[in-house]
Amino acid sequence: MIIRFIEFIGAVMEKPAEGLGRFILLFCAVLKGMARPPFEARNIIRQMLEIGVNSLPVVLITAVFTGMVLALQGYTGFKRFGAEGLVGSVVALSMTRELGPVLSALIVTGRAGAAMAAELGTMRVTEQIDALETLATNPVKYLIVPRFLSGMVMLPALTVVTDIIGILGGYFVTVTLLGTSSKSYLRATWNFLQVQDIYVGLTKACFFGAAFTLISCYKGFYTRGGAEGVGRATTGAVVFSSMTILISDYFLSAWLF
Amino acid sequence: MIELRDVHKSFGENHVLRGVNLKVRKGESVVVIGGSGSGKSVLLKHIIGLLKPDRGSVIVGSTDLSQLDEEGLNEIRKRFGMLFQSSALFDSMTVWENVGFGLKRHTRLSDSEIKKIAIQKLGMVGLVGVEDLMPSELSGGMRKRVGLARAIAMEPEILLYDEPTTGLDPIMADAVNDLIIKMRETLHVTSVTITHDMKSAYKIADTIAMLYNGVIVASGPPGEIRNTPDPVVRQFIEGRAEGPIVLEGIIR
Repeated sequence: MIIRFIEFIGAVMEKPAEGLGRFILLFCAVLKGMARPPFEARNIIRQMLEIGVNSLPVVLITAVFTGMVLALQGYTGFKRFGAEGLVGSVVALSMTRELGPVLSALIVTGRAGAAMAAELGTMRVTEQIDALETLATNPVKYLIVPRFLSGMVMLPALTVVTDIIGILGGYFVTVTLLGTSSKSYLRATWNFLQVQDIYVGLTKACFFGAAFTLISCYKGFYTRGGAEGVGRATTGAVVFSSMTILISDYFLSAWLF
Repeated sequence: MIELRDVHKSFGENHVLRGVNLKVRKGESVVVIGGSGSGKSVLLKHIIGLLKPDRGSVIVGSTDLSQLDEEGLNEIRKRFGMLFQSSALFDSMTVWENVGFGLKRHTRLSDSEIKKIAIQKLGMVGLVGVEDLMPSELSGGMRKRVGLARAIAMEPEILLYDEPTTGLDPIMADAVNDLIIKMRETLHVTSVTITHDMKSAYKIADTIAMLYNGVIVASGPPGEIRNTPDPVVRQFIEGRAEGPIVLEGIIR
């Protein structure tokens, strides 16, 4: 009975354990690839454009409306006990500490992470990754390292933009639509915002950038089984990256604040 | 030049190679034939170090590939060119960037010099004026040729062909066979081809080896293979469904 139970646990855990091991090995290969030349500058720039610049429109729209709705809800709530003056602080702190990094990460995962998994997955099933190896090129270094570095750099950059645009969105609703004075909104924003809030938000963004690129590349790189496999890899990349971002967000917040 | 000694490879429960022994002499063209799923591609991937044997060794020149680290493997891979079944062109790059990929990575040549060499290699495989196209704009036969131009761009000593004629019409397939012969005559390369196309095998091979049940069951010049009494080889080369070869999952 006990042996059967242990066998059952072993059978259930075998695949996840194998996947985790392969993921850790891939992570080590990425770190090793980062340390050695050539540094693939051209690929890094291309990936930075893809992850950062091309994600800008959707991140901007999300940021402005998030800032706006935060201000609107904050104003409605705070008005009940006469604290409308704190709306600016709520918007600024929520954006920099939480929503800036998390929302940018989720949006970029949906856009760039899915594209990464699909592209690498297609390259795997059409033997392009094998072809890279036969041309004496390390595919981890050539394909994954540039994406990983770009994610780690561009997600904090996008978070800065999200923070600023979100605060401006909040300003627009509070000042222009709801008639609070501009001075009091800005004072509420600056008085409670500390450098540490921004710094911690950016640290989170850097971690999320590393996590979603690594997970998406892992899913794409180890794709099996044709078009269906590519579809599975893409879905898996978005689901696992999003879960990782949301779960790690709590632990990072608990640890960093 | 190339030697496989008692190479074994399994994928999970599936024991694909069960002690393959194969020798390829310098300048020789060896064709490995065998049914679908017989492990031909797995065998070819061992020769260029894309797969490592579970047991046994793969020797290229005087080097045992299993003793090499990644850098050593990459050094030895520069002596190889490989044409993939699906051509495996990089679809984010133009034709000339594909052909010049190895040169870009491993030489200090400028882009214009690389493009010039790429155009010359494309000319060798009979393609003119396609250098600025994307792979998606090419037909299957043209993609194969671009794949071949990429394989010969670094002037390799050894060329590996993975089912070079599969998926092509008979005329295009024969043109690819002629190209393989031309590559051998002009570049003096050693080549290993895997195929199930017997017409192609007879035309391009110095030696034909048959892979069956994970081992090489017969090996010899095309004339000898054509007249072999071995019932397994006979069934395969004559393309008969009836015989000792069991088709997995098919009830007769």
